Amino acid sequence: MSDRQQISAKVHQLIEPLNKKGASVTDATRFAQDLEWDSLTVLDFVATIEDEFDVMITMNMQAEIETVGQLVDALQRLTAGK
Amino acid sequence: MTDLFAKFDPLIEQRAALLDSGVADPFNLVMERVESPTVAICNGRRTILLGTYNYMGMTFDPDVIAAGKKALDDYGSGTTGSRVLNGTYAGHRAVEQALKDFYAMDHAMVFSTGYQANLGVISTIAGKDDYIVLDIDSHASIYDGCALGNAQIVPFRHNDVEALEKRLKRIPEGAGKLVVLEGVYSMLGDIAPLKEMVAVSKANGAMVLVDEAHSMGFIGEHGRGVAEAQGVIGDVDFIVGTFSKSVGTVGGFCVSNHPKFEILRLVCRPYVFTASLPPSVVATAATSVRKLMDSADKRAHLWENSKRLHAGLRQLGFRLGTDEPQSAIIAVIMPDLETGAAMWEALLREGLYVNLARPPATPAGMTLLRCSLCALHSEGQVGEILGMFAAAGRATGCISGVN
Repeated sequence: MSDRQQISAKVHQLIEPLNKKGASVTDATRFAQDLEWDSLTVLDFVATIEDEFDVMITMNMQAEIETVGQLVDALQRLTAGK
Repeated sequence: MTDLFAKFDPLIEQRAALLDSGVADPFNLVMERVESPTVAICNGRRTILLGTYNYMGMTFDPDVIAAGKKALDDYGSGTTGSRVLNGTYAGHRAVEQALKDFYAMDHAMVFSTGYQANLGVISTIAGKDDYIVLDIDSHASIYDGCALGNAQIVPFRHNDVEALEKRLKRIPEGAGKLVVLEGVYSMLGDIAPLKEMVAVSKANGAMVLVDEAHSMGFIGEHGRGVAEAQGVIGDVDFIVGTFSKSVGTVGGFCVSNHPKFEILRLVCRPYVFTASLPPSVVATAATSVRKLMDSADKRAHLWENSKRLHAGLRQLGFRLGTDEPQSAIIAVIMPDLETGAAMWEALLREGLYVNLARPPATPAGMTLLRCSLCALHSEGQVGEILGMFAAAGRATGCISGVN
């Protein structure tokens, strides 16, 4: 299994408890529109991701991340050096 | 042509729906006459003011007013210029000296509003490769200061010391770090655990800015704010404040002991590229700040008011933003915007003005009736206020009739 697959599996796992709508999640799923997350949910989710991967996702980076796939790509870059 | 206003349609519709229900517009009230810091005439009715941030009641202080009138006579109605060109008069220097004395700090810089103080200081001192770590519930002026600059922005959960520490530890070695906190968070009226947060920030090599807009004049032995009350003001690098609350006029400032602080006057765009405050405003501010140094009795009375209102509202059955009164702000949590607007209007009919606050200004999508007390509210007025809340609460079904 590649890095990306592993990261993606973990991200999907962490989304699940916050996926109150039970939406099906793919790389194209958008956090705001499809999962309908508010800012507090996003904050909690980002904190969980940061702890899990031991990385920092600044608000500047968050502004560029709209979909699950974009998050996985960003995590792949952030963890590459570790 | 694409109508650039199309993006506002959802808000226009929400507003129309609210007003169609027959409720008075909570964001369009006119104070027809103002009798004192605690009473105004609204819609022809005598109204107790409980949503003004006029914590120390300085707006009608005779010394303050006399100073303003004299400055108007002596220096004219306005400076028509930037602080760094023709806009620094003796009064601007005098109010900066008053702030240095009030806070016992080496430097003070006065901006035209409190909003611009946060905008200017934050955007200027945190540059492209620096990190700003801030509480998620920070005021709009703090977020806008972040947006105006180019720093990396890292939010943490409200008042969570551990979350702050974790984020500080993840910042790359050697990067500049600014932690931005508030003494009192104005929506719920809760205070920050500054003692722990400042310690954690310093231990991780960060500079600390604390916005004490809602605590100045009232909290701490000398009224210097929550950082003073919790004994950490000496470790705070920058305190930002405003003249538009306890000081009773308009303007903003930053005080600091940083040895290079004065250079900000040349590099801070929201300081340079705007006109300075009118002479009458800085004269009223200087007089007021000096009087606030010696206001221990008023501080004590304001605490009494806050405790009494908090306990009374709780007894009536209202849900409040904090379990204990922590500041001069008491937030009453409403179930939704419709009920909040109905309750706001019922209170206004009773003769009481409070702030209706709603998302996005509020945390967690809450609708709040925000009450801010004044040191000049009499014991009798606080009793009247509680009577009005009881009547309005029952009329709108917010509380049951038995209490």
